[in-house]
Amino acid sequence: MNLTGSKMKKLLLTGSFGLTLISILLGFLVGAIVLLIAGFNPLEAYWAIIKGVLSKPKYVSYVIIYATPLIITGLSVAFALRTGLFNIGAEGQFIVGAMAAAIAGYFIQLPILLHVPLCIFLAMSAGAVWGGIAGHIKARFGVHEVISTIMLNWIALYLSNWSLTLQMFGKQGTGKSHMIQETARIDLFGQWKITEAGIEFIRSHKVLGDILKSPVNLGIIFALLFAFLMWYILNKTTLGYELRAVGFNPDAAEYGGINVKKSIITSMSIAGSLAGAAGALQVMGVSHKIAKLAIMEGYGFDGIAVALIGNNTGPGSVFAGLLFGALKYGGAKIQDAVGAPTEVINIVVGTIILFIAMPKLIQVIFKSRKG
Amino acid sequence: MAAIDFSHIAVEMSGITKKFGDFVANEEINLTVHRGEVHALLGENGAGKTTLMNVLYGLLKPSTGTIKINGKSLNIFDPNIAIKNGIGMVHQHFMLVESFSVTENIVLGNESTKSFGILDTERAEEEVVHLSEQYGLTVDAKALIQDLSVGSQQRVEILKTLYRGANILILDEPTAVLTPQEIRELVAIISNLTKAGKSIIIITHKLNEIKQMADFCTIIRRGRHVDTVKVSEVTEEELAAKMVGREVSFKVAKEKQNPGEKILDIRELYVEDSRGVMVVNGLNLQLHKGEILGIAGVDGNGQTQLIETLTGLRKAKSGRIEVLGKNITNLSPGKIINKHKVSHIPEDRQKRGLVFEFDIAENMILESYFKPAFSKRFTLLRQNIYKNAATLIEKFDIRPQDATVQAKSLSGGNQQKMIIAREVSNEPELLVAAQPTRGLDVGAIEYVHQALVAQRNEGKAVLLVSFELDEVMNVSDRIAVIFEGKIVGVLDADDADEKEIGLLMAGGTA
Repeated sequence: MNLTGSKMKKLLLTGSFGLTLISILLGFLVGAIVLLIAGFNPLEAYWAIIKGVLSKPKYVSYVIIYATPLIITGLSVAFALRTGLFNIGAEGQFIVGAMAAAIAGYFIQLPILLHVPLCIFLAMSAGAVWGGIAGHIKARFGVHEVISTIMLNWIALYLSNWSLTLQMFGKQGTGKSHMIQETARIDLFGQWKITEAGIEFIRSHKVLGDILKSPVNLGIIFALLFAFLMWYILNKTTLGYELRAVGFNPDAAEYGGINVKKSIITSMSIAGSLAGAAGALQVMGVSHKIAKLAIMEGYGFDGIAVALIGNNTGPGSVFAGLLFGALKYGGAKIQDAVGAPTEVINIVVGTIILFIAMPKLIQVIFKSRKG
Repeated sequence: MAAIDFSHIAVEMSGITKKFGDFVANEEINLTVHRGEVHALLGENGAGKTTLMNVLYGLLKPSTGTIKINGKSLNIFDPNIAIKNGIGMVHQHFMLVESFSVTENIVLGNESTKSFGILDTERAEEEVVHLSEQYGLTVDAKALIQDLSVGSQQRVEILKTLYRGANILILDEPTAVLTPQEIRELVAIISNLTKAGKSIIIITHKLNEIKQMADFCTIIRRGRHVDTVKVSEVTEEELAAKMVGREVSFKVAKEKQNPGEKILDIRELYVEDSRGVMVVNGLNLQLHKGEILGIAGVDGNGQTQLIETLTGLRKAKSGRIEVLGKNITNLSPGKIINKHKVSHIPEDRQKRGLVFEFDIAENMILESYFKPAFSKRFTLLRQNIYKNAATLIEKFDIRPQDATVQAKSLSGGNQQKMIIAREVSNEPELLVAAQPTRGLDVGAIEYVHQALVAQRNEGKAVLLVSFELDEVMNVSDRIAVIFEGKIVGVLDADDADEKEIGLLMAGGTA
C-alpha cells in the first residue's frame, strides 16, 4: 500500500503542460474509437458536446457552475500532493463542509455581509478538522493518509445523513435539510430574478438574460481566489517553502529543522479546508440545502482527476476543472443528440488520466514516430 | 612481481568503447593483464572503471572493441560466458545469502548432489576447506554468513569465484569496508593467488593500496585511457596527478593550534538504532574550540546513530549532550541548529542534505528561510535569497554558477560544496562532518579537507566522522576510536600510529 502510494505520488507529481495536452487529445481519440465501435459517429457526438457547451451563454454559465466545486476540490488534492500527501479524503471534507454551511446557513440569522463569510469560515473549519484528523493520525501513528481519509469519507457521509434525521435540521420524510437563509446564499440576483422586473429583464436581454436563466453565483470568484492563494502560499511564503520541502524530501526537511509532523497536519488541514469550502459554495450557491446521500457524490474524487490533469498547480486546476465541468455538462447531451451513452465521457476522462499517468508511454509513442 | 608470467597474456581488451546514448563511458580503452599479475584500475568516480569491468564480466556489451581471454577471442555477452572462461568478479556490495552457511553460499548454483538431487554437504564442505587451505583464505566452512565479519565475507566471495574455477579475479573496491588488519590479510591472500597463477584486477581510487598490492596500474580519466604504469616506478603523487589531471596535495596543511574552551561534552550516551538494538553504549566525548576531533571506526559501530542523536534526528535513551554548557539532549533539529549553533554535513547528502527538486538558492536557505534576511511577515524575500546564493556560489566555487539550477543536476562534488557553503555560512560553534568526502574524487576531497581546517582555524569545533582512516589521521588534531558504540581510545594525531588505531578499531587493546 505504502509502495503503491508513493509510486502514485511520483506519477502525480511529474508531468508537464505539453504532455497534458497530448493526453487530452489521446483521450478524445480513444473515446472516438469507442464510439465508432459502438456504432455512433464520433464527430457528431463531439460536435454535440461542443454545441452543448458553447452554443448558448446559458450553457457556458452552466459549465462554470459545474466546474466550480471541481476546481476547488482539485486545489485541495493538488495542495496536499505538493506537500507529498495523497488526499483521497476531499470527498468527506466536501461533505462536512456542505453540512456545516447548511447548518450555519439555516440556524444563524445575520446580515448577508456577515452571514456568507461566517458560513464559509465554519465550513472551511469543518473541512480543516476532517483533513487535520487524517494528518494527525499520520504524524502521530504513521497511518497512511490514503487509508485514514477513505475511512473518514464514510464517517462524513453517515454523519451528514444522520444530521438529516434530527427534527430541528432535517425536513422529516424528505431526506433533505431545510433551505438555508437568503442571507447565506451567494446566488446572483436570486430574489430579483423572480420579481416582475427581473422576468422582464431576462426576456428583453438576450445574452445576459440567458445567463441569468442558470443559477449564476459567486462560487467561481471564490474558486479563482483560492487558486491564487494556493499559488501564493506555496511559492511565496515560508509556510509554502516548508511544505514543499517536506513534500519533496521529508528527510532533508527534518535535517534542516523543519517540523515534518506539524507540516503534515498543516497541509492536510489546508487541503481539508479547501474541500470544505467547495462543499459550502455548492450549498450556498446551487442547492441551498443538503440531501441524504446514498453514495458518494464524487466531487472529491473528481478533484483527484482535476489535480492530476492540472499538474498540481493553481492555474492548472482551474483549467482542468473547467475542462471537467464542460465534459460533465456537455457530455450529458450526447445522449439526446446522437443517442450515444453519456458514459463515453467517463471513458474519455479515464483515458486522459491514464495517459497523463504514463508519460513514458507518450514519449515512446512520439519518439518512435520521429525515429 | 615475481609471480608474473609475461609470456602468457590472460586478459587483452583492446579499443573498448562503451556508449550510453550520447554519453561515452569508455573510449578506446586498452587493458592487458598477464598471468600472475595484479593490475589496478585507477580513476575518479565516474571515470569508467566499473563500466570497463562490467564489459569484461559480460554485464555490459561494448559498442566497439575486442576482448581476448588467454589468447582466445571472445564475445562475452553475459556473465555465464565470463564465468566459463575463468573470470570471476567480487562486487563492492557482497552478494551472499545471510542465513546460509559459508559452504552453501560458495556452492550456490553449482551444488554437488547425491542421487535424487540431495545436497552432498559433506563433499561440498571438503572442497571448500581444501580451497581455503590452498590459498590461505581462512574461513569456517560451517559458519553462517550473518555471523561473519566483513573481511571474512569478502573471503567467501573470493572463494566463490575460485570454486567456479576463476583464474582472472576482478575485485571492485575491495578495501572500502575493511579494517587495516583485514586489508593486510587481503594483501597476503592476493599474493597467494598470484603465486598460484591467478590474475587479479583491482578497481580502486586509493593510491596507497595500489602501491601496496598492484604490479601495474591503468589510469582512466573521463572514460579515456590516460596511462599504464609500472607501480614500482611511480609515486602516489604522480598517480594522483594522472588520475585528476592536475597536481594534488595530500597533506592537509595546518598550523599547530591550542584548543580553547570546551564546546561539546557528551556523557554516558546510550542510543538505540531503528531495530531497537543499543548501538551507542555509554559514550563519552569532549571537543574544544579550534580543534578537529576525528572519530575513527569501522562502519556500523554506532557512528551514524551518534551523529543523528547529536543533531536531533534521533532520540537518546539516556545520557547527556551539552554544547557550550547548555543541555541539547533530545532537542529538535531546528533548536540545535539555530539556538545552539550546531551545523551538520550529513552522511547521506542525497537523502538528508539536499532537496533535489529545489534550486541552489532554495537549498541554501534550508535552515534559515524564516530569518529576517530571507523573509518578512511570512513572505519569502526572493531577491535576498538569490543574492545570498550568488555570493555563496562565488565564494565556494560551486558550479554551474547559476542559483536557479536544481540541486539534482549538480555533480557530487558540487553538491557537497553546496552543503558546506550552507553549513559554514550558518556560523556554527560546532560543525559535525559525517563522511564528508564519501564518493568524492581527489580534487573535491582536497577542497573539503581545506574547508574543515579553515573552520577549525576560525576557532570552531569540528567533529569529523569517517570510515577512511587516512582521512581521520590526516585532518584531525585528536583521534577518538569508536568500537561497538563506545570510545575505546583517544589519541593525539601527531603521535598516533596506524597500527595502534587499527587494533583499537577492531576491538583490541592498544
